[in-house]
Amino acid sequence: MSAVTIRGRKVVGGKAAGEALVTRETISGWGGINERDGSIIERRHELVGQSFAGKVLVFPGAKGSSGWSAYFHMTRLNGVAPAAMIFTRMTTKIALGAVVTRVPAVTDLDSDPFEAIETGDWVEVDADAGVVTVTKRADRPKEEIAETSA
Amino acid sequence: MHLTDYEKAMLDGDHGRAKARAMDLLVRYGEALGAERLVEVNNVAGAFNASSPSVKHIADKGMDHVYSELNLDSDEVVEVPHMAVNTCQLITGIDNDNWKLQGASEEMIGAQRAGERFLGRRGVNMFATCTPYQVGNVPVKGEHCAWMESSAVIYCNAVLGARTNVEGKESTGAAALTGRIPYWGYHLTENRYGMHLVQLDVEVDDMMDWGLLGYYIGEIVEEDIPVLDRVSHQPNLIKLKHFGAAAASSGGVEMYHIPGVTPEADSVDEAFGPRKVQQRFRYGPAERRETYAKLQSATEDKIDFVMLGCPHNSLEQMAIIAEMLDGKKISSDVALWVHTPRALKQVADRNGYCEIIEAAGGVVMSDTCPAISRRLPPGVRVIATDSAKQAHYLPAIAKVQGWFGSVRDCVDAALTGTWRGGVS
Repeated sequence: MSAVTIRGRKVVGGKAAGEALVTRETISGWGGINERDGSIIERRHELVGQSFAGKVLVFPGAKGSSGWSAYFHMTRLNGVAPAAMIFTRMTTKIALGAVVTRVPAVTDLDSDPFEAIETGDWVEVDADAGVVTVTKRADRPKEEIAETSA
Repeated sequence: MHLTDYEKAMLDGDHGRAKARAMDLLVRYGEALGAERLVEVNNVAGAFNASSPSVKHIADKGMDHVYSELNLDSDEVVEVPHMAVNTCQLITGIDNDNWKLQGASEEMIGAQRAGERFLGRRGVNMFATCTPYQVGNVPVKGEHCAWMESSAVIYCNAVLGARTNVEGKESTGAAALTGRIPYWGYHLTENRYGMHLVQLDVEVDDMMDWGLLGYYIGEIVEEDIPVLDRVSHQPNLIKLKHFGAAAASSGGVEMYHIPGVTPEADSVDEAFGPRKVQQRFRYGPAERRETYAKLQSATEDKIDFVMLGCPHNSLEQMAIIAEMLDGKKISSDVALWVHTPRALKQVADRNGYCEIIEAAGGVVMSDTCPAISRRLPPGVRVIATDSAKQAHYLPAIAKVQGWFGSVRDCVDAALTGTWRGGVS
């Protein structure tokens, strides 16, 4: 079983692991997500209807309203926050949002996370060390995929 | 991150627990950004209310709990002192007068009013609008601010030349108690220059066209800084209010230049400063038509709700709507809500604009909007709005179909109950 390692900079410390949910589209917080179930609601977003709860969210970053942090903050209070965040474009919205969601978060990665990570891959984020370890979906045991997708 | 002695003392609790928790958040936030230090701010615009159903269990415990959790991200509940610097409340969730029409309960409006008394005594000025720059908070060029509300931030940076990033509920809560915010992004001169050139090959004059242009630009530049060239007509407050709100909805635009109009550049060269033009875009008739089509999420012509005033209307807009409704009645199948800041509503009342709108069957709302409150008249399925921002968000939030168009097309829809708008 092969794993890929990516290095980056810590935004919020801590360690977490989960199945990847990957989008190349930025995400709106207020007006873009349902903070009660952690799903994307933006009408023209490629992930519309999908939930990031418990997933390692891999995305370019935040867009839209300044309610971004408040809405991701509420996903934490509601128990539907992502497990970790991996993003490529630093803004105040995503920085504050990651801080108050209190999940491990990394950016400034040494290789393109959208090339290295696909939805369904198993991703371990050690934000303190700035290390992201990716196990491809194809290399994961089938019973584990069934379990985490349930 | 480097802290001054005073900032360290606040962090260590020498100035009370609330300021200590505020500094703790600012340090975590500043380090996440990679900021080297904080900057002093004396102008904070934030959201201190707690009207979302998701946080009712916190609101029930009282405002110290609300501020600690939602405005400071603090597990420790601190006693909230007086704000350290000039601070105002942006838009809220419930209209203090029209709450029944919004379907809010006696308990909810009671909680909002109690929260306002708590915050007001502590120095949070209750503007209750997304447009503080319309009601007395007009920062000067170069002034460091900590503002939320993407449509206000882009106005503050681009039109006024003051300096703020898009702050959030927690960072403005911390800034209000400490007078500090991370020195990062748009606080630094070198980050304020243009990145992409957008050449206009079509006339952009009325409010709808400025909204369309903003929506187009937000999509193509995302959060980068556009420079607009060959602007055919001089814009004013309402047009740039619409333009900015749209650009901050489809993308994350927080700063732009219109050489000769906005204060930081008199020429295209000055707008780009030391930066090179990264990408060139052309906005012509085809782009305008495509953008208009993108904003439509409705298929049915029969409408039942018209929303005007996002961002909150100026008096000029109130006057236009009153003129179009004077002596007429809106369709009995349609609800018309017109939104303006509370302070401007008082003037609109004195001018008789509100009386005309209400006589026609409309409602003049303040303090909130349907997207923020998530409250629409019961049973609404198809809406019409003159706001690209509302057309972008409301269908997703409220699961309705949306038409976007000119204020004239929207008022026509209110009068006839049918959408007949379009662009040539």
